[in-house]
Amino acid sequence: MEPIEIRFNIDWPGFSLAVDEQLPGRGVTALFGHSGSGKTTLLRCIAGLVRAPKGRLVFQGKVWQDDSTWVPTHRRSLGYVFQEASLFPHLTVIGNLRYGQKRAPADIPAEQRVSLDQAIDLLGIRPLLDRKPDRLSGGERQRVAIARALAVSPRILLMDEPLAALDLARKQEILPYLERLHDELAIPVLYVSHAPDEVARLADHLVIMDGGRVLASGPLAATLARLDLPIRLGEDAGVVLEGRITERDTRWHLLKVDCGGVDLWVRDTGVPTDHPVRVRILARDVSIVLAPVEGTSILNTLPARILSLGEDAHPALALVQLQAGQSTLLARLTHRSADHLRLAPGLPVWMQIKAVALL
Amino acid sequence: MLLTDNDLQSIWLTLRLAGIVTVILFLVGTPIAWWLARTRSHWKGPVGAVVALPLVLPPSVLGFYLLVTMGPNGPVGQLTQALGIGLLPFTFWGLVVASVFYSLPFMVQPVQNAFEAVGDRPLEVAATLRASPLNAFFTVALPLAAPGFLTAGILTFAHTVGEFGVVLMIGGNIPGVTRVASVQIYDHVEAMEYSDAHRLAAVMLIFSFLVLLVLYLWRPSPKNT
Repeated sequence: MEPIEIRFNIDWPGFSLAVDEQLPGRGVTALFGHSGSGKTTLLRCIAGLVRAPKGRLVFQGKVWQDDSTWVPTHRRSLGYVFQEASLFPHLTVIGNLRYGQKRAPADIPAEQRVSLDQAIDLLGIRPLLDRKPDRLSGGERQRVAIARALAVSPRILLMDEPLAALDLARKQEILPYLERLHDELAIPVLYVSHAPDEVARLADHLVIMDGGRVLASGPLAATLARLDLPIRLGEDAGVVLEGRITERDTRWHLLKVDCGGVDLWVRDTGVPTDHPVRVRILARDVSIVLAPVEGTSILNTLPARILSLGEDAHPALALVQLQAGQSTLLARLTHRSADHLRLAPGLPVWMQIKAVALL
Repeated sequence: MLLTDNDLQSIWLTLRLAGIVTVILFLVGTPIAWWLARTRSHWKGPVGAVVALPLVLPPSVLGFYLLVTMGPNGPVGQLTQALGIGLLPFTFWGLVVASVFYSLPFMVQPVQNAFEAVGDRPLEVAATLRASPLNAFFTVALPLAAPGFLTAGILTFAHTVGEFGVVLMIGGNIPGVTRVASVQIYDHVEAMEYSDAHRLAAVMLIFSFLVLLVLYLWRPSPKNT
Protein backbone atom coordinates (compact mmCIF):
# COMPACT_ATOMS: atom_id res chain seq x y z
CA MET A 1 0.00 0.00 0.00
CA GLU A 2 1.31 3.42 -0.92
CA PRO A 3 1.92 5.82 1.95
CA ILE A 4 -0.31 8.84 2.40
CA GLU A 5 1.53 12.07 1.68
CA ILE A 6 0.39 15.00 3.76
CA ARG A 7 1.66 18.54 3.99
CA PHE A 8 -0.44 21.18 5.69
CA ASN A 9 0.34 24.62 7.04
CA ILE A 10 -2.29 26.55 8.90
CA ASP A 11 -1.75 29.82 10.69
CA TRP A 12 -4.86 30.85 12.56
CA PRO A 13 -4.85 33.29 15.47
CA GLY A 14 -3.91 31.20 18.49
CA PHE A 15 -3.41 28.00 16.54
CA SER A 16 -0.98 26.75 13.97
CA LEU A 17 -0.47 23.48 12.20
CA ALA A 18 2.68 22.52 10.33
CA VAL A 19 2.78 18.94 9.19
CA ASP A 20 4.84 17.29 6.47
CA GLU A 21 4.62 13.53 6.82
CA GLN A 22 4.14 10.22 5.12
CA LEU A 23 1.56 8.09 6.89
CA PRO A 24 1.41 4.35 6.30
CA GLY A 25 -1.18 3.22 3.77
CA ARG A 26 -2.23 0.24 5.85
CA GLY A 27 -3.13 -0.68 9.42
CA VAL A 28 -4.26 1.62 12.19
CA THR A 29 -2.34 4.86 12.58
CA ALA A 30 -3.03 6.68 15.82
CA LEU A 31 -2.77 10.47 15.86
CA PHE A 32 -2.05 10.98 19.52
CA GLY A 33 -1.81 14.21 21.46
CA HIS A 34 -3.40 16.43 24.05
CA SER A 35 -6.39 18.60 23.16
CA GLY A 36 -5.24 21.55 21.10
CA SER A 37 -2.34 19.57 19.63
CA GLY A 38 -3.88 19.83 16.16
CA LYS A 39 -4.70 16.17 15.67
CA THR A 40 -8.38 16.76 14.92
CA THR A 41 -7.58 19.66 12.59
CA LEU A 42 -5.12 17.43 10.76
CA LEU A 43 -7.82 14.79 10.35
CA ARG A 44 -10.27 17.41 9.09
CA CYS A 45 -7.69 18.63 6.56
CA ILE A 46 -7.30 15.08 5.29
CA ALA A 47 -11.08 14.75 5.00
CA GLY A 48 -11.36 18.07 3.17
CA LEU A 49 -13.57 19.56 5.90
CA VAL A 50 -10.87 22.18 6.46
CA ARG A 51 -8.96 23.61 3.53
CA ALA A 52 -5.41 24.41 4.53
CA PRO A 53 -3.93 26.94 2.10
CA LYS A 54 -1.07 25.59 -0.03
CA GLY A 55 -1.55 22.11 1.37
CA ARG A 56 -0.72 18.90 -0.38
CA LEU A 57 -2.40 15.54 0.06
CA VAL A 58 -1.82 12.48 -2.05
CA PHE A 59 -3.77 9.37 -1.24
CA GLN A 60 -3.10 6.09 -3.07
CA GLY A 61 -1.63 7.93 -6.02
CA LYS A 62 -4.56 10.35 -6.27
CA VAL A 63 -3.95 14.02 -5.58
CA TRP A 64 -6.69 15.19 -3.24
CA GLN A 65 -5.12 18.59 -2.71
CA ASP A 66 -2.28 20.62 -4.13
CA ASP A 67 -1.85 24.10 -5.57
CA SER A 68 -4.07 23.36 -8.54
CA THR A 69 -6.28 20.56 -7.26
CA TRP A 70 -9.00 20.43 -4.67
CA VAL A 71 -11.17 17.35 -4.36
CA PRO A 72 -14.21 18.25 -2.20
CA THR A 73 -15.04 15.97 0.71
CA HIS A 74 -17.94 14.27 -1.03
CA ARG A 75 -15.67 13.10 -3.86
CA ARG A 76 -13.02 11.66 -1.52
CA SER A 77 -13.31 7.95 -0.89
CA LEU A 78 -13.27 8.11 2.88
CA GLY A 79 -15.38 7.25 5.87
CA TYR A 80 -15.43 9.65 8.81
CA VAL A 81 -16.54 8.98 12.36
CA PHE A 82 -17.06 12.09 14.46
CA GLN A 83 -16.60 12.34 18.21
CA GLU A 84 -20.35 12.63 18.67
CA ALA A 85 -22.20 10.07 16.60
CA SER A 86 -24.00 12.83 14.65
CA LEU A 87 -26.62 10.49 13.24
CA PHE A 88 -29.31 12.12 11.12
CA PRO A 89 -32.22 12.48 13.58
CA HIS A 90 -34.85 12.43 10.83
CA LEU A 91 -33.77 9.01 9.58
CA THR A 92 -33.94 5.57 11.20
CA VAL A 93 -30.78 3.56 11.80
CA ILE A 94 -31.16 1.75 8.48
CA GLY A 95 -31.96 5.09 6.80
CA ASN A 96 -28.72 6.49 8.16
CA LEU A 97 -26.78 3.47 6.90
CA ARG A 98 -28.34 3.63 3.45
CA TYR A 99 -27.70 7.37 3.12
CA GLY A 100 -24.01 6.83 2.46
CA GLN A 101 -24.25 3.33 1.05
CA LYS A 102 -26.45 4.34 -1.90
CA ARG A 103 -24.17 7.28 -2.69
CA ALA A 104 -21.03 5.14 -2.85
CA PRO A 105 -19.67 5.17 -6.41
CA ALA A 106 -20.40 2.10 -8.49
CA ASP A 107 -16.79 1.60 -9.59
CA ILE A 108 -15.52 0.42 -6.20
CA PRO A 109 -13.62 -2.84 -6.63
CA ALA A 110 -15.44 -5.85 -5.20
CA GLU A 111 -12.76 -6.64 -2.60
CA GLN A 112 -13.11 -3.14 -1.18
CA ARG A 113 -16.89 -3.04 -1.19
CA VAL A 114 -18.50 -3.28 2.24
CA SER A 115 -22.06 -4.53 1.99
CA LEU A 116 -24.79 -3.18 4.22
CA ASP A 117 -25.10 -6.61 5.86
CA GLN A 118 -21.37 -6.74 6.49
CA ALA A 119 -21.36 -3.31 8.15
CA ILE A 120 -24.42 -4.20 10.23
CA ASP A 121 -22.94 -7.49 11.43
CA LEU A 122 -19.45 -6.12 12.07
CA LEU A 123 -20.90 -3.61 14.51
CA GLY A 124 -23.66 -5.87 15.81
CA ILE A 125 -26.50 -3.42 15.20
CA ARG A 126 -29.04 -5.67 13.47
CA PRO A 127 -31.62 -5.35 16.29
CA LEU A 128 -31.52 -1.55 16.05
CA LEU A 129 -32.25 -1.01 12.37
CA ASP A 130 -35.79 0.36 12.63
CA ARG A 131 -35.14 2.69 15.54
CA LYS A 132 -34.69 6.45 15.42
CA PRO A 133 -31.37 7.77 16.78
CA ASP A 134 -33.04 9.35 19.83
CA ARG A 135 -34.06 5.84 20.93
CA LEU A 136 -30.45 4.59 21.07
CA SER A 137 -27.88 4.60 23.85
CA GLY A 138 -24.64 6.53 23.37
CA GLY A 139 -22.68 3.37 22.63
CA GLU A 140 -25.27 2.11 20.16
CA ARG A 141 -25.29 5.46 18.37
CA GLN A 142 -21.53 5.40 17.93
CA ARG A 143 -21.65 1.84 16.61
CA VAL A 144 -24.27 2.93 14.06
CA ALA A 145 -22.07 5.90 13.10
CA ILE A 146 -19.10 3.57 12.52
CA ALA A 147 -21.23 1.18 10.46
CA ARG A 148 -22.56 4.14 8.46
CA ALA A 149 -19.02 5.28 7.67
CA LEU A 150 -18.06 1.75 6.61
CA ALA A 151 -21.13 1.31 4.41
CA VAL A 152 -19.81 3.89 1.91
CA SER A 153 -17.03 1.37 1.18
CA PRO A 154 -14.27 3.87 1.89
CA ARG A 155 -10.61 3.46 0.94
CA ILE A 156 -9.65 4.95 4.28
CA LEU A 157 -11.45 5.32 7.59
CA LEU A 158 -10.92 8.50 9.61
CA MET A 159 -11.98 8.39 13.25
CA ASP A 160 -11.98 11.47 15.45
CA GLU A 161 -11.94 10.31 19.08
CA PRO A 162 -14.90 8.01 18.51
CA LEU A 163 -14.87 6.88 22.15
CA ALA A 164 -14.13 10.18 23.89
CA ALA A 165 -17.76 11.09 24.49
CA LEU A 166 -18.53 7.70 26.09
CA ASP A 167 -18.15 6.43 29.63
CA LEU A 168 -15.83 3.56 30.47
CA ALA A 169 -18.49 0.85 30.15
CA ARG A 170 -19.56 2.07 26.69
CA LYS A 171 -15.91 2.24 25.64
CA GLN A 172 -15.41 -1.38 26.64
CA GLU A 173 -18.53 -2.18 24.62
CA ILE A 174 -17.12 -0.63 21.43
CA LEU A 175 -13.41 -1.46 21.60
CA PRO A 176 -13.91 -5.11 20.58
CA TYR A 177 -15.75 -3.94 17.47
CA LEU A 178 -12.89 -1.62 16.59
CA GLU A 179 -10.47 -4.53 17.00
CA ARG A 180 -12.62 -6.56 14.63
CA LEU A 181 -12.37 -3.78 12.04
CA HIS A 182 -8.63 -3.93 12.44
CA ASP A 183 -8.57 -7.69 11.97
CA GLU A 184 -11.20 -8.09 9.27
CA LEU A 185 -10.94 -5.05 7.00
CA ALA A 186 -7.94 -4.21 4.89
CA ILE A 187 -8.51 -0.46 4.73
CA PRO A 188 -6.17 1.91 6.53
CA VAL A 189 -7.51 3.71 9.58
CA LEU A 190 -6.44 7.08 10.98
CA TYR A 191 -7.48 7.16 14.60
CA VAL A 192 -7.35 10.40 16.57
CA SER A 193 -7.13 9.89 20.31
CA HIS A 194 -5.80 11.35 23.52
CA ALA A 195 -6.32 8.08 25.42
CA PRO A 196 -3.12 5.99 25.71
CA ASP A 197 -5.05 2.80 26.45
CA GLU A 198 -6.97 3.03 23.16
CA VAL A 199 -3.80 3.72 21.26
CA ALA A 200 -1.97 0.82 22.92
CA ARG A 201 -4.78 -1.50 22.06
CA LEU A 202 -5.58 -0.48 18.49
CA ALA A 203 -2.65 1.23 16.82
CA ASP A 204 0.05 -0.24 14.61
CA HIS A 205 1.67 3.08 13.91
CA LEU A 206 1.89 6.03 16.23
CA VAL A 207 2.05 9.73 15.40
CA ILE A 208 2.56 11.93 18.44
CA MET A 209 1.46 15.54 18.01
CA ASP A 210 1.99 18.62 20.10
CA GLY A 211 1.36 22.29 19.35
CA GLY A 212 0.35 21.58 15.76
CA ARG A 213 3.55 19.69 15.01
CA VAL A 214 4.48 16.04 14.71
CA LEU A 215 6.89 15.08 17.49
CA ALA A 216 7.36 11.50 16.42
CA SER A 217 6.03 9.08 13.88
CA GLY A 218 6.83 5.39 13.75
CA PRO A 219 5.76 1.83 14.52
CA LEU A 220 3.90 1.68 17.83
CA ALA A 221 6.32 -0.44 19.90
CA ALA A 222 9.45 1.38 18.74
CA THR A 223 7.92 4.82 19.19
CA LEU A 224 6.63 4.10 22.68
CA ALA A 225 10.05 2.76 23.71
CA ARG A 226 11.84 5.97 22.76
CA LEU A 227 13.39 7.73 25.70
CA ASP A 228 12.82 11.28 24.48
CA LEU A 229 9.04 10.99 24.21
CA PRO A 230 7.61 9.40 27.35
CA ILE A 231 8.01 12.68 29.21
CA ARG A 232 5.02 13.79 27.21
CA LEU A 233 3.10 10.72 28.26
CA GLY A 234 3.57 11.17 32.02
CA GLU A 235 2.10 8.33 34.04
CA ASP A 236 1.21 6.54 30.82
CA ALA A 237 4.80 6.06 29.70
CA GLY A 238 5.29 2.43 28.85
CA VAL A 239 5.67 -0.04 26.04
CA VAL A 240 3.40 -2.32 24.09
CA LEU A 241 4.73 -5.73 23.02
CA GLU A 242 3.25 -8.14 20.53
CA GLY A 243 3.35 -11.79 21.42
CA ARG A 244 1.82 -15.23 21.19
CA ILE A 245 0.50 -17.52 23.89
CA THR A 246 2.81 -20.47 24.53
CA GLU A 247 1.28 -21.96 27.65
CA ARG A 248 -2.06 -21.92 29.45
CA ASP A 249 -1.89 -22.63 33.18
CA THR A 250 -5.43 -23.68 34.10
CA ARG A 251 -4.65 -24.19 37.78
CA TRP A 252 -3.57 -20.58 38.39
CA HIS A 253 -5.51 -19.02 35.51
CA LEU A 254 -2.40 -17.62 33.91
CA LEU A 255 -1.07 -17.41 30.38
CA LYS A 256 2.54 -17.50 29.31
CA VAL A 257 3.12 -15.07 26.47
CA ASP A 258 6.26 -15.03 24.35
CA CYS A 259 7.00 -11.44 23.33
CA GLY A 260 10.09 -11.52 21.14
CA GLY A 261 12.07 -13.84 23.39
CA VAL A 262 10.63 -12.50 26.64
CA ASP A 263 8.33 -14.88 28.49
CA LEU A 264 5.71 -13.09 30.54
CA TRP A 265 3.01 -14.51 32.80
CA VAL A 266 -0.28 -12.65 32.52
CA ARG A 267 -3.81 -13.18 33.79
CA ASP A 268 -5.88 -15.47 31.58
CA THR A 269 -8.62 -13.33 30.00
CA GLY A 270 -9.95 -16.24 28.00
CA VAL A 271 -8.42 -15.30 24.63
CA PRO A 272 -8.00 -18.22 22.24
CA THR A 273 -4.53 -19.75 22.42
CA ASP A 274 -3.77 -19.26 18.72
CA HIS A 275 -4.69 -15.58 18.82
CA PRO A 276 -1.87 -13.01 18.60
CA VAL A 277 -1.94 -10.81 21.68
CA ARG A 278 -0.62 -7.48 22.86
CA VAL A 279 0.62 -6.70 26.32
CA ARG A 280 1.26 -3.32 27.80
CA ILE A 281 3.92 -2.68 30.43
CA LEU A 282 4.03 0.75 32.04
CA ALA A 283 7.41 2.19 32.97
CA ARG A 284 6.24 2.79 36.54
CA ASP A 285 5.54 -0.94 36.97
CA VAL A 286 9.10 -1.99 36.12
CA SER A 287 11.84 -1.95 38.77
CA ILE A 288 15.46 -2.97 38.48
CA VAL A 289 17.56 -5.28 40.69
CA LEU A 290 21.14 -6.34 40.16
CA ALA A 291 20.52 -10.00 41.02
CA PRO A 292 17.35 -12.10 41.03
CA VAL A 293 15.57 -11.79 44.36
CA GLU A 294 14.30 -14.80 46.29
CA GLY A 295 11.02 -14.65 48.12
CA THR A 296 9.20 -12.05 46.04
CA SER A 297 5.55 -11.96 45.08
CA ILE A 298 6.46 -10.58 41.69
CA LEU A 299 5.74 -13.12 38.98
CA ASN A 300 7.79 -11.72 36.14
CA THR A 301 11.47 -11.31 36.92
CA LEU A 302 13.59 -11.29 33.78
CA PRO A 303 17.19 -10.73 32.78
CA ALA A 304 17.81 -7.63 30.70
CA ARG A 305 20.55 -5.29 29.62
CA ILE A 306 20.52 -1.54 30.03
CA LEU A 307 20.44 0.35 26.74
CA SER A 308 20.36 3.93 27.93
CA LEU A 309 19.24 6.26 30.65
CA GLY A 310 17.19 9.41 30.27
CA GLU A 311 15.40 12.14 32.12
CA ASP A 312 11.78 11.96 33.17
CA ALA A 313 9.45 14.89 33.74
CA HIS A 314 10.24 15.23 37.44
CA PRO A 315 13.91 15.96 38.34
CA ALA A 316 13.90 13.08 40.83
CA LEU A 317 12.98 10.52 38.21
CA ALA A 318 14.93 8.74 35.52
CA LEU A 319 13.77 6.58 32.65
CA VAL A 320 15.78 3.51 31.77
CA GLN A 321 15.59 1.79 28.44
CA LEU A 322 16.16 -1.97 28.70
CA GLN A 323 16.72 -4.72 26.19
CA ALA A 324 15.29 -8.17 26.85
CA GLY A 325 15.27 -10.67 24.00
CA GLN A 326 14.31 -8.62 20.96
CA SER A 327 12.05 -6.36 22.99
CA THR A 328 12.69 -2.92 24.40
CA LEU A 329 11.12 -1.95 27.71
CA LEU A 330 11.09 1.16 29.87
CA ALA A 331 11.56 1.41 33.62
CA ARG A 332 10.96 4.45 35.78
CA LEU A 333 13.09 4.86 38.90
CA THR A 334 14.64 7.64 40.94
CA HIS A 335 17.99 9.12 40.01
CA ARG A 336 19.11 8.20 43.49
CA SER A 337 18.42 4.50 42.89
CA ALA A 338 20.07 4.64 39.47
CA ASP A 339 23.15 6.16 41.03
CA HIS A 340 23.11 3.73 43.94
CA LEU A 341 22.98 0.73 41.62
CA ARG A 342 25.57 2.36 39.32
CA LEU A 343 23.36 1.77 36.32
CA ALA A 344 25.08 2.36 32.99
CA PRO A 345 24.49 1.32 29.38
CA GLY A 346 25.50 -2.30 28.83
CA LEU A 347 25.02 -3.37 32.44
CA PRO A 348 23.21 -6.70 32.84
CA VAL A 349 20.37 -6.41 35.36
CA TRP A 350 17.09 -8.06 36.31
CA MET A 351 13.73 -6.44 35.69
CA GLN A 352 10.92 -6.96 38.15
CA ILE A 353 7.62 -6.36 36.36
CA LYS A 354 4.80 -5.71 38.78
CA ALA A 355 1.96 -5.60 36.26
CA VAL A 356 1.48 -6.75 32.73
CA ALA A 357 -1.79 -5.87 31.07
CA LEU A 358 -3.09 -8.15 28.35
CA LEU A 359 -4.84 -5.83 25.90
CA MET B 1 -75.75 34.95 4.83
CA LEU B 2 -74.10 37.23 7.32
CA LEU B 3 -71.40 38.52 5.02
CA THR B 4 -72.15 40.49 1.86
CA ASP B 5 -70.90 39.39 -1.56
CA ASN B 6 -68.38 42.22 -1.42
CA ASP B 7 -67.15 40.94 1.93
CA LEU B 8 -66.75 37.40 0.56
CA GLN B 9 -65.01 38.76 -2.51
CA SER B 10 -62.55 40.66 -0.32
CA ILE B 11 -61.92 37.59 1.84
CA TRP B 12 -61.28 35.44 -1.22
CA LEU B 13 -58.93 38.07 -2.61
CA THR B 14 -57.11 38.23 0.73
CA LEU B 15 -56.62 34.47 0.87
CA ARG B 16 -55.47 34.35 -2.76
CA LEU B 17 -52.96 37.15 -2.14
CA ALA B 18 -51.63 35.55 1.07
CA GLY B 19 -51.35 32.12 -0.58
CA ILE B 20 -49.45 33.40 -3.60
CA VAL B 21 -47.17 35.58 -1.48
CA THR B 22 -46.38 32.64 0.84
CA VAL B 23 -45.46 30.37 -2.07
CA ILE B 24 -43.26 33.05 -3.66
CA LEU B 25 -41.58 33.75 -0.34
CA PHE B 26 -40.79 30.05 0.21
CA LEU B 27 -38.87 30.21 -3.07
CA VAL B 28 -37.29 33.63 -2.57
CA GLY B 29 -36.84 33.62 1.20
CA THR B 30 -35.21 30.19 1.56
CA PRO B 31 -32.02 31.01 -0.38
CA ILE B 32 -31.73 34.34 1.45
CA ALA B 33 -32.20 32.60 4.81
CA TRP B 34 -29.66 29.91 3.85
CA TRP B 35 -27.13 32.52 2.83
CA LEU B 36 -27.68 34.55 5.99
CA ALA B 37 -27.40 31.43 8.16
CA ARG B 38 -24.15 30.20 6.61
CA THR B 39 -22.22 33.18 5.28
CA ARG B 40 -19.21 34.70 6.96
CA SER B 41 -19.32 37.67 4.56
CA HIS B 42 -19.27 41.26 5.75
CA TRP B 43 -22.55 41.70 3.91
CA LYS B 44 -24.40 39.52 6.39
CA GLY B 45 -25.20 42.46 8.68
CA PRO B 46 -26.43 44.90 6.02
CA VAL B 47 -28.46 42.25 4.19
CA GLY B 48 -30.00 41.03 7.45
CA ALA B 49 -30.92 44.62 8.35
CA VAL B 50 -32.56 45.24 4.97
CA VAL B 51 -34.56 42.03 5.29
CA ALA B 52 -35.74 43.11 8.75
CA LEU B 53 -36.66 46.68 7.68
CA PRO B 54 -40.38 45.97 7.12
CA LEU B 55 -40.62 44.99 10.79
CA VAL B 56 -40.00 48.57 11.92
CA LEU B 57 -40.78 50.70 8.86
CA PRO B 58 -44.28 52.26 8.72
CA PRO B 59 -46.13 50.40 5.94
CA SER B 60 -46.91 53.75 4.34
CA VAL B 61 -43.19 54.44 3.92
CA LEU B 62 -42.56 51.06 2.34
CA GLY B 63 -45.66 51.49 0.19
CA PHE B 64 -44.58 54.96 -0.88
CA TYR B 65 -41.17 53.83 -2.09
CA LEU B 66 -42.64 50.82 -3.86
CA LEU B 67 -45.23 53.09 -5.52
CA VAL B 68 -42.53 55.44 -6.76
CA THR B 69 -40.27 52.59 -7.91
CA MET B 70 -43.03 50.75 -9.73
CA GLY B 71 -44.70 53.92 -11.04
CA PRO B 72 -44.40 55.24 -14.61
CA ASN B 73 -41.16 57.10 -13.90
CA GLY B 74 -39.60 54.55 -11.53
CA PRO B 75 -36.98 52.06 -12.71
CA VAL B 76 -39.20 49.02 -12.12
CA GLY B 77 -42.14 50.79 -13.74
CA GLN B 78 -40.09 51.56 -16.85
CA LEU B 79 -38.91 47.97 -16.97
CA THR B 80 -42.41 46.51 -16.67
CA GLN B 81 -43.64 48.90 -19.34
CA ALA B 82 -40.78 48.00 -21.64
CA LEU B 83 -41.61 44.31 -21.12
CA GLY B 84 -45.20 45.02 -22.06
CA ILE B 85 -46.58 44.13 -18.64
CA GLY B 86 -47.77 47.63 -17.99
CA LEU B 87 -47.64 49.28 -14.59
CA LEU B 88 -47.92 47.26 -11.38
CA PRO B 89 -49.47 49.77 -8.95
CA PHE B 90 -53.23 49.39 -8.56
CA THR B 91 -53.14 45.81 -9.84
CA PHE B 92 -53.34 42.52 -8.00
CA TRP B 93 -49.77 41.61 -9.00
CA GLY B 94 -48.57 44.95 -7.76
CA LEU B 95 -50.02 43.96 -4.40
CA VAL B 96 -48.24 40.63 -4.61
CA VAL B 97 -44.89 42.29 -5.23
CA ALA B 98 -45.42 44.77 -2.40
CA SER B 99 -46.53 42.04 -0.01
CA VAL B 100 -43.47 39.93 -0.82
CA PHE B 101 -41.27 42.76 0.42
CA TYR B 102 -43.54 43.53 3.34
CA SER B 103 -43.65 39.92 4.62
CA LEU B 104 -40.05 39.01 3.78
CA PRO B 105 -38.73 39.03 7.39
CA PHE B 106 -41.56 36.77 8.54
CA MET B 107 -40.31 34.12 6.12
CA VAL B 108 -36.56 34.70 6.30
CA GLN B 109 -36.06 34.98 10.06
CA PRO B 110 -37.68 31.72 11.24
CA VAL B 111 -36.08 29.80 8.38
CA GLN B 112 -32.70 31.39 9.07
CA ASN B 113 -32.99 30.46 12.75
CA ALA B 114 -33.88 26.90 11.79
CA PHE B 115 -30.90 26.62 9.43
CA GLU B 116 -28.60 28.04 12.11
CA ALA B 117 -29.92 25.48 14.59
CA VAL B 118 -29.08 22.68 12.15
CA GLY B 119 -25.44 23.79 12.28
CA ASP B 120 -22.41 22.64 10.30
CA ARG B 121 -22.08 19.13 11.60
CA PRO B 122 -24.97 17.39 9.79
CA LEU B 123 -23.76 18.92 6.51
CA GLU B 124 -20.20 17.77 7.18
CA VAL B 125 -21.53 14.30 7.92
CA ALA B 126 -23.48 14.37 4.66
CA ALA B 127 -20.32 15.38 2.77
CA THR B 128 -18.37 12.47 4.26
CA LEU B 129 -21.25 10.23 3.14
CA ARG B 130 -20.67 11.48 -0.39
CA ALA B 131 -23.60 13.88 -0.68
CA SER B 132 -22.87 16.98 -2.77
CA PRO B 133 -23.65 20.32 -1.09
CA LEU B 134 -26.89 20.72 -3.07
CA ASN B 135 -27.90 17.14 -2.32
CA ALA B 136 -27.10 17.63 1.36
CA PHE B 137 -29.25 20.77 1.38
CA PHE B 138 -32.30 18.89 0.17
CA THR B 139 -31.77 15.63 2.06
CA VAL B 140 -30.42 16.94 5.37
CA ALA B 141 -30.78 20.70 5.88
CA LEU B 142 -34.38 20.99 4.62
CA PRO B 143 -35.79 18.04 6.60
CA LEU B 144 -34.01 19.14 9.78
CA ALA B 145 -35.26 22.71 9.35
CA ALA B 146 -38.83 21.63 8.54
CA PRO B 147 -40.39 22.97 11.78
CA GLY B 148 -38.90 26.38 10.98
CA PHE B 149 -40.50 26.28 7.54
CA LEU B 150 -43.90 25.48 9.05
CA THR B 151 -43.62 28.43 11.42
CA ALA B 152 -42.39 30.72 8.64
CA GLY B 153 -45.19 29.71 6.26
CA ILE B 154 -47.92 30.28 8.84
CA LEU B 155 -46.46 33.62 9.97
CA THR B 156 -46.03 34.86 6.40
CA PHE B 157 -49.53 33.87 5.41
CA ALA B 158 -51.10 35.43 8.51
CA HIS B 159 -49.03 38.59 8.24
CA THR B 160 -50.03 39.08 4.60
CA VAL B 161 -53.69 38.63 5.54
CA GLY B 162 -53.30 41.37 8.14
CA GLU B 163 -51.65 43.91 5.88
CA PHE B 164 -53.35 47.27 5.37
CA GLY B 165 -51.11 50.29 4.90
CA VAL B 166 -49.05 48.91 2.04
CA VAL B 167 -52.21 47.76 0.26
CA LEU B 168 -53.73 51.20 0.51
CA MET B 169 -50.57 52.87 -0.82
CA ILE B 170 -49.89 50.52 -3.70
CA GLY B 171 -53.27 48.98 -4.52
CA GLY B 172 -55.81 51.59 -3.73
CA ASN B 173 -59.28 50.24 -3.20
CA ILE B 174 -60.48 48.45 -6.35
CA PRO B 175 -63.19 45.84 -5.67
CA GLY B 176 -62.15 42.36 -6.76
CA VAL B 177 -58.66 43.54 -7.67
CA THR B 178 -57.04 45.12 -4.66
CA ARG B 179 -59.77 45.50 -2.07
CA VAL B 180 -58.68 42.95 0.55
CA ALA B 181 -60.54 42.28 3.80
CA SER B 182 -58.68 44.83 5.91
CA VAL B 183 -59.48 47.57 3.40
CA GLN B 184 -63.08 46.38 3.18
CA ILE B 185 -63.42 46.86 6.95
CA TYR B 186 -61.99 50.36 6.58
CA ASP B 187 -64.58 51.12 3.92
CA HIS B 188 -67.42 49.83 6.11
CA VAL B 189 -66.27 52.07 8.96
CA GLU B 190 -65.89 55.10 6.65
CA ALA B 191 -69.46 54.49 5.44
CA MET B 192 -70.69 54.18 9.06
CA GLU B 193 -71.70 50.51 8.36
CA TYR B 194 -70.64 49.41 11.83
CA SER B 195 -72.54 46.13 11.87
CA ASP B 196 -70.91 45.06 8.57
CA ALA B 197 -67.54 46.13 9.94
CA HIS B 198 -68.21 44.08 13.07
CA ARG B 199 -68.94 40.91 11.17
CA LEU B 200 -65.88 41.08 8.95
CA ALA B 201 -63.67 42.20 11.83
CA ALA B 202 -64.88 39.21 13.86
CA VAL B 203 -63.97 36.88 11.00
CA MET B 204 -60.47 38.38 10.91
CA LEU B 205 -60.12 38.16 14.66
CA ILE B 206 -61.12 34.50 14.79
CA PHE B 207 -58.89 33.66 11.84
CA SER B 208 -55.87 35.35 13.40
CA PHE B 209 -56.46 33.68 16.74
CA LEU B 210 -56.80 30.23 15.17
CA VAL B 211 -53.64 30.68 13.14
CA LEU B 212 -51.64 31.65 16.20
CA LEU B 213 -53.24 28.85 18.22
CA VAL B 214 -52.17 26.31 15.61
CA LEU B 215 -48.68 27.79 15.65
CA TYR B 216 -48.33 27.57 19.42
CA LEU B 217 -49.88 24.11 19.74
CA TRP B 218 -47.96 22.52 16.87
CA ARG B 219 -44.58 24.01 17.64
CA PRO B 220 -42.62 20.78 18.05
CA SER B 221 -40.54 20.31 21.15
CA PRO B 222 -36.80 20.41 20.46
CA LYS B 223 -35.45 16.97 19.67
CA ASN B 224 -32.19 15.66 21.00
CA THR B 225 -29.96 13.90 18.55
